[in-house]
Amino acid sequence: MLRTLANRSLKKKPLPFPRPDSPFSSSSSSASVLPDGIDRSSDAFLRNSTAARQLLSRLHSHVQKAFAGGGPEAVRRNRGRDKLLPRERIDRMVDDGSSFLELSQLAGYDLYDEPLPSAGIITGIGPVHGRLCMFVANDPTVKGGTYYPVTVKKHLRAQEIAAECKLPCIYLVDSGGANLPRQADVFPDRDNFGRIFYNQAKMSSEGIPQIALVLGSCTAGGAYIPAMADESVIVKGNGTIFLAGPPLVKAATGEEVSAEDLGGAAMHCKVSGVSDHFANDELDGLTIGRNIVKNLHMAGKGVQPSHSSDYEEPLYDAEELRSIAPTDQKQPFDIRSVIARIVDGSEFDEFKKLYGTTLVTGFARIFGQPVGIIGNNGILFTESALKGSHFIQLCVQRNIPLIFLQNITGFMVGSRSEASGIAKAGAKMVMAVSCAKVPKITLIVGGSFGAGNYGMCGRAYSPNFLFLWPTAKISVMGGIQAAGVLAQIERSNKKKQNIEWSEEEEEKFKSKVVEAYEREGSPYYSSARLWDDGIIDPADTRKVLGLCLAASVKSVTEETKYGVFRM
Amino acid sequence: MSLMASIILRKCRNPNRRFLFPRPFSSLPEKGSIEKILVANRGEIACRIMRTAKRLGIRTVAVYSDADRNGLHVKSADEAVRIGEAPARVSYLNGSAIMEAARRTGAQAIHPGYGFLSESADFAHLCEAEGLRFIGPPASAIRDMGDKSASKRIMGAAGVPLVPGYHGDNQDTAFLKSEAEKIGYPILIKPTHGGGGKGMRIVQNAEEFIEAFLGAKREAAASFGIDTILLEKYITQPRHVEVQVFGDKHGNVIHLNERDCSLQRRHQKIIEEAPAPNVANDFRSHLGKAAVAAAKAVGYYSAGTVEFIMDTISGQFYFMEMNTRLQVEHPVTEMIVDQDLVEWQIRVANGEHLPLTQSEVPLKGHAFEARIYAENVARGFLPATGTLHHYQPVSVSPTVRVETGVEEGDTVSMHYDPMIAKLVVWGENRDAALVKLKNCLQNFQVAGLPTNISFLQSLADHWAFEKGLVETHFIEHFKNDLCVDSTEKVAEETYASARLGASIVAACICEMDHLASSETPLACIGGNTLQSLWYSHPPFRMHHSPKRKMELEWEIESAGSCEELFKLVITYQPNGSYFTEIEDCDFPGWNIKVTHLGNHKFRVDADGFSTYVTLALYSKEDSKHIHLWHDKHHHHYRQIMKLNQYTDDESHHKPVLDMGNRPKGSVVAPMAGLVVKVLLENGALVGEGQPVLVLEAMKMEHVVKSPRAGYVEGLQVSPGQQVFDSSVLFTIKDK
Repeated sequence: MLRTLANRSLKKKPLPFPRPDSPFSSSSSSASVLPDGIDRSSDAFLRNSTAARQLLSRLHSHVQKAFAGGGPEAVRRNRGRDKLLPRERIDRMVDDGSSFLELSQLAGYDLYDEPLPSAGIITGIGPVHGRLCMFVANDPTVKGGTYYPVTVKKHLRAQEIAAECKLPCIYLVDSGGANLPRQADVFPDRDNFGRIFYNQAKMSSEGIPQIALVLGSCTAGGAYIPAMADESVIVKGNGTIFLAGPPLVKAATGEEVSAEDLGGAAMHCKVSGVSDHFANDELDGLTIGRNIVKNLHMAGKGVQPSHSSDYEEPLYDAEELRSIAPTDQKQPFDIRSVIARIVDGSEFDEFKKLYGTTLVTGFARIFGQPVGIIGNNGILFTESALKGSHFIQLCVQRNIPLIFLQNITGFMVGSRSEASGIAKAGAKMVMAVSCAKVPKITLIVGGSFGAGNYGMCGRAYSPNFLFLWPTAKISVMGGIQAAGVLAQIERSNKKKQNIEWSEEEEEKFKSKVVEAYEREGSPYYSSARLWDDGIIDPADTRKVLGLCLAASVKSVTEETKYGVFRM
Repeated sequence: MSLMASIILRKCRNPNRRFLFPRPFSSLPEKGSIEKILVANRGEIACRIMRTAKRLGIRTVAVYSDADRNGLHVKSADEAVRIGEAPARVSYLNGSAIMEAARRTGAQAIHPGYGFLSESADFAHLCEAEGLRFIGPPASAIRDMGDKSASKRIMGAAGVPLVPGYHGDNQDTAFLKSEAEKIGYPILIKPTHGGGGKGMRIVQNAEEFIEAFLGAKREAAASFGIDTILLEKYITQPRHVEVQVFGDKHGNVIHLNERDCSLQRRHQKIIEEAPAPNVANDFRSHLGKAAVAAAKAVGYYSAGTVEFIMDTISGQFYFMEMNTRLQVEHPVTEMIVDQDLVEWQIRVANGEHLPLTQSEVPLKGHAFEARIYAENVARGFLPATGTLHHYQPVSVSPTVRVETGVEEGDTVSMHYDPMIAKLVVWGENRDAALVKLKNCLQNFQVAGLPTNISFLQSLADHWAFEKGLVETHFIEHFKNDLCVDSTEKVAEETYASARLGASIVAACICEMDHLASSETPLACIGGNTLQSLWYSHPPFRMHHSPKRKMELEWEIESAGSCEELFKLVITYQPNGSYFTEIEDCDFPGWNIKVTHLGNHKFRVDADGFSTYVTLALYSKEDSKHIHLWHDKHHHHYRQIMKLNQYTDDESHHKPVLDMGNRPKGSVVAPMAGLVVKVLLENGALVGEGQPVLVLEAMKMEHVVKSPRAGYVEGLQVSPGQQVFDSSVLFTIKDK
């Protein structure tokens, strides 16, 4: 079985350099082309389409609000200082006409009493002079670019991706530093503000360039961002770096000094040496930043494994992805109809198709890059978990990136299931996922409940990227199930205390629980807290997966070592 | 090559006119025929002479100065000899070096072209003395006609009508001033030697006489080495009509009809035509006869031009001068008589008879010549210098000739005449020729230095020119129609086309960037498909359409150095087109689809309107320049790479406010040139418009005046010093 699969090719054209040991090397076969898989006349499809439109318009309206930053007045003031908005800065810095993969646009949504659009910091990946870079750009229109707890989290997440994918970091600094009223949640802990500089030091030591462009204020702790950078640029007039601003200096020492003299471009470039490059204005600074990247020499670090340079688009309309996943998690759908719309030529070579059928595993390519895909088609049984573990090991063995398509209500419960050792099987999958040292990308298309989230490479398993569809739902279990469990416990507690609990009261109790689960399971709740890297339009799935793969495919194979598999 | 092509094509088109010469020259070769010609000139005329020579199987020798080492005329010749450093005085005017070159290469004849040594009787003599044939008139005729005063005496004796004036030897200032009063103002001061308007001055009244007189003398001395001048009645509404004559060494002289060269600026022709418009046939033959009489009076042979001034009010014509050479504008005559005048010159030099009798000379259709100059129209047609970053003349045909001596990438230097090319068109009649002229001017693409093309366009488009109502002061009279005043608002039509142009440029740049990134291997990030995904088209953005901002500064060349900044926002559309909008502007955006056709050409579809455009891009002085030709418009934009422009890129400790380009009151050099005279010293009190110093460039003097009243400061230049375009010469400080 494996042999046959291994000798099949997904490509119609022969590879330029056939590798006989690769599963993607030999002659053609079209048997692996997936069928369309959508019944467009079905009620479910029409229902989903309508629901999808609503979900998408809701998503877009949230994103629009995030794009507005700190509002028209703050934007106007920013322009008045000859400053661009953070997204404009990035647009000017990435190569002309190139893509930019922005992360966690909705971070900070509905998290604090005051709005914090995009958590006051824009992060994402884009190429500069052909080299992919991680951008971290403060938004000075949002609370003066100060760091809220979620701002720190988003900054650290960007650094984490950069460290994992070995992307040079470009910090577009324009921030007042830590948000003082929230210092307790920003300052002291391990994954708080200080971690930013720790990460800079560690990445620099690993040869991942750290570049800071000081385009605005860079006060107090923020001053360490350019100071810790390998190279830094500061813009005349707008950029300032100091541990304490003029008011604090006056209070502390009585010295009266202007911001420009205290920590302006000329002072730092001529006297202190805190900054290396003097920029006349912002565009000049961004151009200097581009030049710094141009002059990076990361010998031998940019070479990618070669693979086919030709690919075919999927056979089916990507926009239909919006209508596949139902908003109601109880409605099942075939994950293959999703796969058919994201992989090259809709070709998918399934592995162990007839075994453990609630987990779909197989090989495909995305923009020519071989990938192993693991998708849910129902509850995980012991067999499905074993199949998943097997497939993960297979991909690791061959250095093939893994893509997880989550739509999982969880592992099967019940006596039969327990007796079959489902805990053991689940543990194997978790072990395999945790230890696999290949790029992993997780996409939650529907439910993500309980240990299913773990086995399918949830956030805790550090996938390189994790994105949600607007139809995603994340919680330890379904709201109704949780309400049932909690009601049972409540009832028995009440019984112990001999308190009467009416049906009506119980229903009220249950609906409260369901409501809480509903709210906390929402993709926006997740995205606001950085449990993911963003909510995407399902129609963009193939593109986003491609860009993520491009950013995370490693030049050097890392050796995977597993722990003890419970057999 | 273009001339060659056009002549050949014309011949193919008219099989009955297959042979240039219906009757072959009767051959009476003296000392055998010329087999190798040295062309003692440069630029387009050298190239044009060599083309004919090559067609006749004659080998060619070019001479060049250091500035022309890689010039087109050097490449066009079979052999080339260096004759000296860049200044013409030590190269193209260096007769002995040219003789030496002829000896070294074994050339039997020298063609002097126009300008330089073409009207030097001494040089013609020298050639004959060295046993070289001078392809031109006899030295005696050059001498007779070269001295303007002498020539007028001869002409008067031969019965050719003359303009009232003083042509005598007395050069005393006071005497000449009294003569001027006798003739009556306005009068014209002209050097007795030379031509091309150099050293000429119009004097309106007695007060201006002395300064103009001295300036004319100085310029004449610098240009021609002889500073004698003559005075003439200044005709207020004249036309410049000239007759092409040709003679052989057997006493035959004929004329090849007239040309009208009235369209002039700075006393130099820019559009010429043949035949002259609104001229009756009997007037034409009258004029022709007078010209032939003039030529015969000096025993003329080879090509020559007799210039007449025509008083449009009285209908009188007077002899002005005779140019004893092939003229710049000879191609318009060639087009209407279907002959090659350079070939005639060579054959006449060989001693052959003229191929046509007067009655056989045809007059077919109408021809125009437009001279394309590197010049700054808005700054009073001052010559310009620079690099031809983009140079695409119109394609030649049997009816379109392009005479040029430069190629893309060449430099127009300050050493020689700044003419880039001559555009010559022919049509069945004047209207047809004019349509062609306009079309060719639209498609004549030059970028990298300012040119007069758009000015030529407005001339060609002018109603009075369309009617043939030409006269020498045409440009001065219709100045308001022809030149855009920098203080006035640019015409809405021009502005609208510049706006659309900026949008097209933005879309084309986006398209080129896209093509460049899809073609260039992405070495840095692996160069495979997955990595090139970052450059897919349109680029990806999360939950929004990718936008790009671009700042384009429109340089309104016709209105001086006016600029208009367009802030463009380009939105990439999913279908690969570009939606372009201009910020702070009420006009709706355009949806533009661009197809790159190669060689700077694009097919552009803007909201359903499709057209071809050409784009030229180059970098100069740290900024990106973009030229766009669309429809009849040519726009020049600069892509702004910084939000603000600073003069120094290094920091001051404190941010400096008002870093405007230069200190207030600065007066800058209007062009690159040589300081010939400094009239005032630092601290001198000046009035508005008072001359402060005199610059010379391209053999023309330019008086730099004070823009306002005040004291002169910071004057550091001295006579003999070279200054660069726009360099600060001095400052005027308020009283």
